[in-house]
Formats: sequence, C-alpha cells, structure tokens
Amino acid sequence: MQETTANQVAGNATSSFTEHLQRDRPDLLPYHRAMPAAAAAATPLQVPHATTIVAMSYGGGVLMAGDRRATMGNVIASRHIEKVFPADRYSVLGIAGTAGIAIDLTRLFQVELEHYEKIEGTLLSLDGKANRLGAMIRGNLPMALQGLAVVPLFAGFDTTAGVGRLFSYDVTGGRYEEREHHTVGSGSVFARGALKKLWRPNLAEAEAVSVAVESLYDAADDDSATGGPDPVRQLWPVVYTVNRDGARRIPESELAAVAGRIIEARSAERREA
Amino acid sequence: MTQQFYVSPEQLMKDRADFARKGIARGRSVVVISCQDGIALVAENPSPSLHKIGEIYDKIAFAAVGKYNEFESLRQAGVRYADVRGYSYDREDVTARGLASVYAQSLGAVFTAEQKPFEVELAVAEVGPTPELDHLYRLTFDGSIADEHGFIVMGGQAERVSAVIAEGWRPSLRFAGAVRLATRGLTSGPDPAAEQGEAGGTLPAKAVEVAVLDRQSETSRGFRRAFRRLNDSDITALLAEED
Repeated sequence: MQETTANQVAGNATSSFTEHLQRDRPDLLPYHRAMPAAAAAATPLQVPHATTIVAMSYGGGVLMAGDRRATMGNVIASRHIEKVFPADRYSVLGIAGTAGIAIDLTRLFQVELEHYEKIEGTLLSLDGKANRLGAMIRGNLPMALQGLAVVPLFAGFDTTAGVGRLFSYDVTGGRYEEREHHTVGSGSVFARGALKKLWRPNLAEAEAVSVAVESLYDAADDDSATGGPDPVRQLWPVVYTVNRDGARRIPESELAAVAGRIIEARSAERREA
Repeated sequence: MTQQFYVSPEQLMKDRADFARKGIARGRSVVVISCQDGIALVAENPSPSLHKIGEIYDKIAFAAVGKYNEFESLRQAGVRYADVRGYSYDREDVTARGLASVYAQSLGAVFTAEQKPFEVELAVAEVGPTPELDHLYRLTFDGSIADEHGFIVMGGQAERVSAVIAEGWRPSLRFAGAVRLATRGLTSGPDPAAEQGEAGGTLPAKAVEVAVLDRQSETSRGFRRAFRRLNDSDITALLAEED
C-alpha cells in the first residue's frame, strides 16, 4: 500500500510545464488538436508564414538573426514580425514555418524552461533544453503533416562546457547539432550560400553581426518571402548573441549602421546579380 | 458495533490548531521586509539547498516555515498555478492576491477535511513600483489570510523577532539595512551565546538564506523576473555594509 503511494507521488512529480499541461489542461497546448482530415485536403490553409533564420558560431558564443517579414500566400502579412526570441538567459530560439503555431510553441518553451528552473532551483542543461524543444516539435507532427509545420533553430551557451552550441531540427523533432552555421526557412538556401563565403572560424562579435545581416540581405534578394533591411520604415533584422554573459539583443542603432554599410557597398558595386 | 466517541467540532478544530501551532513553533523564523529597494526575504537556514524562500513568478516570492515536505509541495503548486495562469492569460495577470487566495483555499480544505492539518505558515510577497504598492500576505495553517504592511515575521520565535523588527523598521531602509535588521531580529534569542554579541549577536552568512525582489529589476538588470537569491559572499558584503 505504502509503495503504491510512493510510486504515485514519484509519478506525479514533474518539473516539466508541458507534462503538467498535458495532464491537467491539455486544451492549452498549441498542438494536440484533432483536425478534420477532409478540410486539410480541400484547401491548403492561408496562414502567415515566417521565413529565413540564420545562426552561426563566433569566437566566444553563438549568434542568431531573423528577418522581419511574414507572408500569406503572395501577400506580405507583416513587416514587423519577430522570429528570434530569447528562450532563457543562456539560449535563443528562431522559428520558421507557420507563424501562429511557432509563436505559441516559443511561448510554451520559454515557460517550460523557466518552470523547470523554479521547481528545481537550477537551470536545465543545454542538451536538456535542446531535447525538450525536440519533443515539442514532435508533438506538433500531426499538424505538420497537415501543412502547419514549425521548424526551429536553437542556440545557446553551454555553461558547463564553456562553449556556444547550435541545434537544428526537422519536423519529426529530430535534433542535429551544427558546428559552424545553419539556416532555416524558404530563403535559407541563399543565406547558406552567403554564409559559406562570409563565415570563418572565430569571428569577432561585431563581424558576426555583419555576416548575419549580409546573409539575410542575400536571402531577401532572391526569396520573395524574406524581407531585407527597410531604411524607409527603419526596420532591421532581429539579432541576438549568446555568450558567457548571457543572451543580448543587438540594439537597433548598431543594426542600422551595419545594414547601412552593406546597402552602400552593394550600391557602389552596381552589380545586377 | 462499537459506537464512535463524540467529539464536538469546536474541540476537533482546537486540537488541530494546537497540533499545527506546535509543529510550526519548533521551526526557525523567517522575515519578509518591504523596503525602498524592494522586498527582502531572510530566513535562518543552515542548508544551502533546501530552501525556505522561493521564486513564484516575475514579481512574486514565497517564504515558509514549518514542515519542509508540506510547504515545498505548496510552493510547487504555486509555481504551477502561476505559470499556467501566465501562459493562458498574460504575465501581468498573475498577482499575489490570486495566488494567496488559492493558498488560503487549499490550506483551509486540508485543515478541515484531511487527517492532519499542514504544519506550515506561508508568506506571499509581491513587489510593486513603489513601497506603498507592495503586497505582503501571511497565510496560516487553517487557511486564514492577512494582508500585512511593512513586514512579516513567521515561525517559532515570531513574537520576539517581530518586536525587534518593529522597532527598527522604516520604509526608507535599503536592502543592506533590511537584511541587517532581519538578522538582528533572528538572533535576538534567549540563547545566551547570541545575547553576548553586540546588538543581539550576528548570524554567519552560511546560516542564513537571503533572497530579494528587486523593485527596479527591469532597469537595473534588464530582467522582468525580480527575484534574486543572494550567495554567501553577497550576504557577507550586505551585512558588513555601513548604513
């Protein structure tokens, strides 16, 4: 009898916010919703999509950047959307795919990490965080199969090992560690090409910011779903760096200067493609 | 069939309350002080890992005395309540008042319906933009709830500690002053060793657990989460600081 009580207590003890929701409030989860199969087959849903995210390692940490455009079919749904978020003090998260679900998943992931920290009194390891995110993406698989996929990119500083690390995912929640740089989203092929030429090991932080903005510029040049720097509206990519001191958002003024230099250099060259 | 002994409800409740009070009186005290920099939470606690003070949410902290397993389960329930509420509505919709009333209901339910009441006393503190907007709630084992102003003292020697704190408390205290006042209160025991020391003796940094809710956490540290646990060297520095 006593053993069953002990087992019950142990079984109910969870530091995971998602598990708690699954048990007590499944209606609050972004996924776990049965969708009528026929509806999906009839017309593909027209919902905003978020596109290109780039991430790279640099000397002392990792960097992640995202453009500001969301598209719905051939229409620009938003010019202000943010696709890179701090997950906790030592990690950031970028999202590509169905914007609505991705933003909800991000919110859930942020609460998940904070919840663990408060219950356990310590931070989750970076591998632990990466695995939790993988499990959440896997939870979204039924929706992904119906066209509402979310593909994240995750970067953080491993405080135990003292290095910045970078993780990519597929829609089944598969987790892959990337060594140098990685991109996701519809403009990713173009950004990746740029990164291959611009990135080198042990970049300084300021150089890494410039490389990220330039690779997003190249993605925006060729992919209609990716927005470039917008000097008219004063809109610049969202860029975060994560190092030993934690995650830091690069201020707008710095990004304006970086984007300005890139636009200037490209105008001076007057090249077509 | 044997007939059950009749016990009047008054007697039953009185026995339960006495039982819970005895349990709480065995424990060491915790002090929660609202001051100019925010709210300081100070506990006499020699364990570096089993905390009596914890973070609940952005601006809300928790402090408890009594049985560890009982208040720890209440703390975790509080974190779950706050996180679910913040996730399903918005972060600003999580308030100490809501949390305190949930605690009051669960403590009240346990007190009347369960085999034995919880031997705990809790404080829920929420830091506001000014000291007047701070909220301090004290919850007792039977589910009673009190809205306190300035400071809360709970635990075994609450009355004596409270007398010392009441004498020294001013709303203009900084963190250093508040933590020093709290440790002075906690050491004001009948214990002759403590009496010998000047102003009621001092506690070594290792024997106290200190956490603060920063009033200006957004501007000073860039965090929405105001809770900060101080380590031994921080505490030593605070205790050594001049007024």
